[in-house]
Amino acid sequence: MAESPVRSGKPRGNLPPLEFHVPEPRYRPGDTVDYSHLVIPEAGTVTRPDEACDARDTWPLTTDLIRVLDDAGYALGPWNPHLDPETLRRILRMMALTRAFDDRMYRGQRQGKTSFYMKSTGEEAISVACAFALAEDDMVFPSYRQQGILISRGYPLVEMINQIYSNRADRLKGRQLPIMYSAKDYGFFTISGNLATQFPQAVGWAMASAIKGDTRIATSFIGEGSSAEGDFHAAMTFAAVYNAPVVLNVVNNQWAISSFSGFAGAERTTFAARAAGYGIAGLRVDGNDALAVYAAMEWAANRARANKGPTLIEHFTYRAEGHSTSDDPSAYRSAREAEEWPLGDPITRLKNHLVALGEWSDEQHAGMDKALAEDVRAATKEAEKNGILGHGLHHPFHTMFEDVFEELPWHLREQAEQAIRERRTKWPEWKE
Amino acid sequence: MLEEEPVSLHEAPTRSLNMIEAINEALDITMARDPDIVIMGEDVGFFGGVFRATAGLQTKYGKNRVFDSPINECGIVGAAVGMAAYGLRPVPEIQFADYIYPGLDQLVSEAARLRYRSAGEFIAPITIRSPFGGGIFGGQTHSQSPEALFTHVAGLKTVIPSTPHDAKGLLIAAIEDNDPVIFFEPKRIYNGPFDGNYDSPSKTWKSHSGGKVPEGYYSIPLGKARTVREGSAMTVLVYGTMVHVAEAVLEAKGVDAEIIDLRTLVPLDIEAVEKSVEKTGKCLVIHEATRTSGFGAELAALVQERCFYHLEAPIERVTGFDTPYPHSLEWAYFPGPVRIGEAVDRLMKD
Repeated sequence: MAESPVRSGKPRGNLPPLEFHVPEPRYRPGDTVDYSHLVIPEAGTVTRPDEACDARDTWPLTTDLIRVLDDAGYALGPWNPHLDPETLRRILRMMALTRAFDDRMYRGQRQGKTSFYMKSTGEEAISVACAFALAEDDMVFPSYRQQGILISRGYPLVEMINQIYSNRADRLKGRQLPIMYSAKDYGFFTISGNLATQFPQAVGWAMASAIKGDTRIATSFIGEGSSAEGDFHAAMTFAAVYNAPVVLNVVNNQWAISSFSGFAGAERTTFAARAAGYGIAGLRVDGNDALAVYAAMEWAANRARANKGPTLIEHFTYRAEGHSTSDDPSAYRSAREAEEWPLGDPITRLKNHLVALGEWSDEQHAGMDKALAEDVRAATKEAEKNGILGHGLHHPFHTMFEDVFEELPWHLREQAEQAIRERRTKWPEWKE
Repeated sequence: MLEEEPVSLHEAPTRSLNMIEAINEALDITMARDPDIVIMGEDVGFFGGVFRATAGLQTKYGKNRVFDSPINECGIVGAAVGMAAYGLRPVPEIQFADYIYPGLDQLVSEAARLRYRSAGEFIAPITIRSPFGGGIFGGQTHSQSPEALFTHVAGLKTVIPSTPHDAKGLLIAAIEDNDPVIFFEPKRIYNGPFDGNYDSPSKTWKSHSGGKVPEGYYSIPLGKARTVREGSAMTVLVYGTMVHVAEAVLEAKGVDAEIIDLRTLVPLDIEAVEKSVEKTGKCLVIHEATRTSGFGAELAALVQERCFYHLEAPIERVTGFDTPYPHSLEWAYFPGPVRIGEAVDRLMKD
């Protein structure tokens, strides 16, 4: 066949070479830090649309930043949730308890009592204020840094520590990495180590709730880093398509282990702005401002409960510590970042607010911290009676093969027998 | 697990149904019995599915229980896990097994592990239905047999029927099972059994005993194989479309083979396998999927481990080739009568 004389496409001509872009964070270890590029509006200046508004009315808020608490500790503007002092003190207390718990568990890991821990330092307002803004039986599909929700819902610290120690009282039978809790009776879904999988699951739970004509809603949390997963797109698409009663949260703490938020697209736009492409409501909130977080979650929860649809909330915050006990952030980022974070510390800010209201004092705060540290210490001692990781007080050996299926099939029965045989060979004295 | 098939199976009047109709009936019957069963998937709602398996169900049970989904298998499986956590019993359809891969993380890391990692707090009683296998000129993205990917995963059950009768009973059992089940439907035999002779006229289920489907409710326990025909010359371990191809080849060759339709790959009916191989002393494993690390490798290893001293010949494996499923040359890929025949001859020579 003769070659066609006509071909499409225009000549490229003389062009400069294409450039490949690899994002690079502004600061590396030892660098001084300058946050002047961050646009941080004054507290109280962002408008608050009606909870039943058209989704597009929220989109200006996805590149703004909802803030309630100002630098002097006053609560300002239309997003002020006007919480009574007792509720404010309870939120403050749960945030302080979360931090005290984190500090103790971190030390426990360093002392060899368990293999692994993850702190939520600097991010306590997000978990705790969201827990207070939700109904106690709304379903949470958490990531690994929402321990503040479990604590706020009154889940016993001893149970958490049993899980962290993988000891014989661990409800999860020592099967999960420390901090990957599961607490169905507290509306807390089993945590996965595979990132963002919980996002479409939360949407599915919310769809089921709507299918059944329930009144409970679902909410889920992921980090900004894992918002790059396909699961994020799946969740947003399903949430939009079925108008699911769900609140989807992206906790933007700037760092995913050593990858800064630029590797999830933060150089181009905000994470909240992704809502617009799906046609759902979006809010961007100062994640270190407990009142702003509370107000945003309350707004989104009310909207979902009124069948007005899902909301994506970006909580803008900073991961003040390492990703986990296995991480050393001094190897990749400047220590000045945390020290100079312009949105401050969430506990200090709420404390200052209560002090400004005349409802709290430094002495009361110091007393509370002391009492909470004692509570955590007592819970730790209690849990240690059930053993710490690797000291023999784990769940009975045969439980390793249970719960793979509802019933034990022949091949697992045979493998269980082999495992017990191996154990007897190594430790002839061993008894189940 | 049920030990015996319910008596109603034998008492109920039967009709001749094709496999699609049998699957549709299983869905209908279970949905009527359990209001927590929901169906979602691409094109399953108003249209009733590209293979018509869900036809009429949206009209009967409403859009809250039978609905179309976005083209997003990660979302379909992920949402199903969330629905299961709520307490529903989702039966999602993945339009072709070849499309299941975007949902793999949600299946492998989530659905399969939910019971274990939460110590039974959360379970995933999800049945994923998906047409699989080739022989319909589907090309490489509508012909695959990925069952071994799923049998390799702790916490998943894998079920593959070979007749309308079994499809209905096994699907009902799968839906009622409290563990996640991958239910692969051999689409080449949706409309009739297939003897492997692609150049012969196609048959319908009307003249096949497996096409006689009892009315009403019955279930076939998972983990129980079916003896297609008893024999003493060799044991043939097979499932899905290949059951019928094997049957035709062995009959044509006049070999007195014992053909075992596994029906469930995990949990496997190891007793049926052992009993038969001990009797015949020879074993032929057949599947349409690619060869390397296929489920046939697992079967051959099990038979070798457990029946070695009864074996009179090396175990034979007949499979698809380790290539993508080619469009124009699909019958060169397919483990048809010639390939099976050669293996049978080798076994009979020993």
